[in-house]
Amino acid sequence: MEKVLLVDDEKEFLEIMAERMSARDMDVTTTTSPKDALKKAQDESYDAIILDLMMPEMDGLETLKELKKKNPDLQVILLTGHATVQKGVEAMKLGATDLLEKPADLKVLTEKIKKAHTRKMVLVQKKAEEKIRHILAEKGW
Amino acid sequence: MKGANMNRQLDIEMETGLRFFGKMTASISHEIKNVMAIINETAGLLEDYSLMAEKGMPIDPTRLKIVSERVSGQIKRANGIAKNLNNLAHSVDEFNKSVDLGEALALAVGLAQRLADMRSVTLELQPPSDFPTVITSPFHLQNLIWQMLDFAMDISGDAKVIGLTLGTATGSVEIRFTGLEGLKDPPETEFPTKRETSLLEMLGATINQDVKAGEMHLVLPRDVHQQLTDNG
Repeated sequence: MEKVLLVDDEKEFLEIMAERMSARDMDVTTTTSPKDALKKAQDESYDAIILDLMMPEMDGLETLKELKKKNPDLQVILLTGHATVQKGVEAMKLGATDLLEKPADLKVLTEKIKKAHTRKMVLVQKKAEEKIRHILAEKGW
Repeated sequence: MKGANMNRQLDIEMETGLRFFGKMTASISHEIKNVMAIINETAGLLEDYSLMAEKGMPIDPTRLKIVSERVSGQIKRANGIAKNLNNLAHSVDEFNKSVDLGEALALAVGLAQRLADMRSVTLELQPPSDFPTVITSPFHLQNLIWQMLDFAMDISGDAKVIGLTLGTATGSVEIRFTGLEGLKDPPETEFPTKRETSLLEMLGATINQDVKAGEMHLVLPRDVHQQLTDNG
């Protein structure tokens, strides 16, 4: 089951997305506040964070920067009303997994979330293997 | 020299107008996209419900009612956005006409709302007791009100609430911007700049700043054409 955090200042959008994604067996948390999203990302482990680009309090790119600072392996998918090549490049440079234009196709978004989940599993496994290697090297076994 | 100054003045006027139009239409298009995203997901949700019904799962009618109300609400919202865009577009039909300032302020707030939300600022339009009219250029008036709101949002202080009211005097009408806790004398950033000054000249208007009260007043003549003729 994929664990997802949805961040958007449009409450109704969040409610509908959460209902649809839960019906597709995803564990969904929502917030309209980027600052709250940062706290949630610190307290919980999410497979993917879906983040709106234009929000009050803190815009999507700023939020992305802060999220990646705390956890560089976090998979963040940005949603924007107007996707441009420039925005896409900027988002990727800051470590976004993807950038989608609203209204987004839920099938496409779900696919990207599943891929993000797989990517996260691979990263977790890699880290575990590194840890074991490190222990073995330390113990000289 | 005179010719060069005039050209520079025209450049400022053109650039100011175009930038204002671009900013407002970009903001409107973002809002419309948000509405479409909600309606799109709502349509998807109905599709989900119908698939569930095909599989024999009962659908609570209350949920369908909620969905229907949601769509109606978003259509109402989109209608409001489209009205604002339409009013903005028609503001360039004439550059010298009778303008209801109550309606003009309502449009200005409608256009600025999303941009104010992005800056976590609340705009409070206090309805006037009467509805003064002025003869002026509707587009340039909207442009100037936006420039003043833009500046006001930066100096709205910790409360982040800007009030807008109307006041009248003989021969003039005032639009008052209140709640400007960060207004200083001398100001920290230049205002009005060449851009606002150019608009003020076109509208025969002046800006007064009351630092103690935390207010800016835009004073408009009742008839800009008459004012400009009287001033020669």
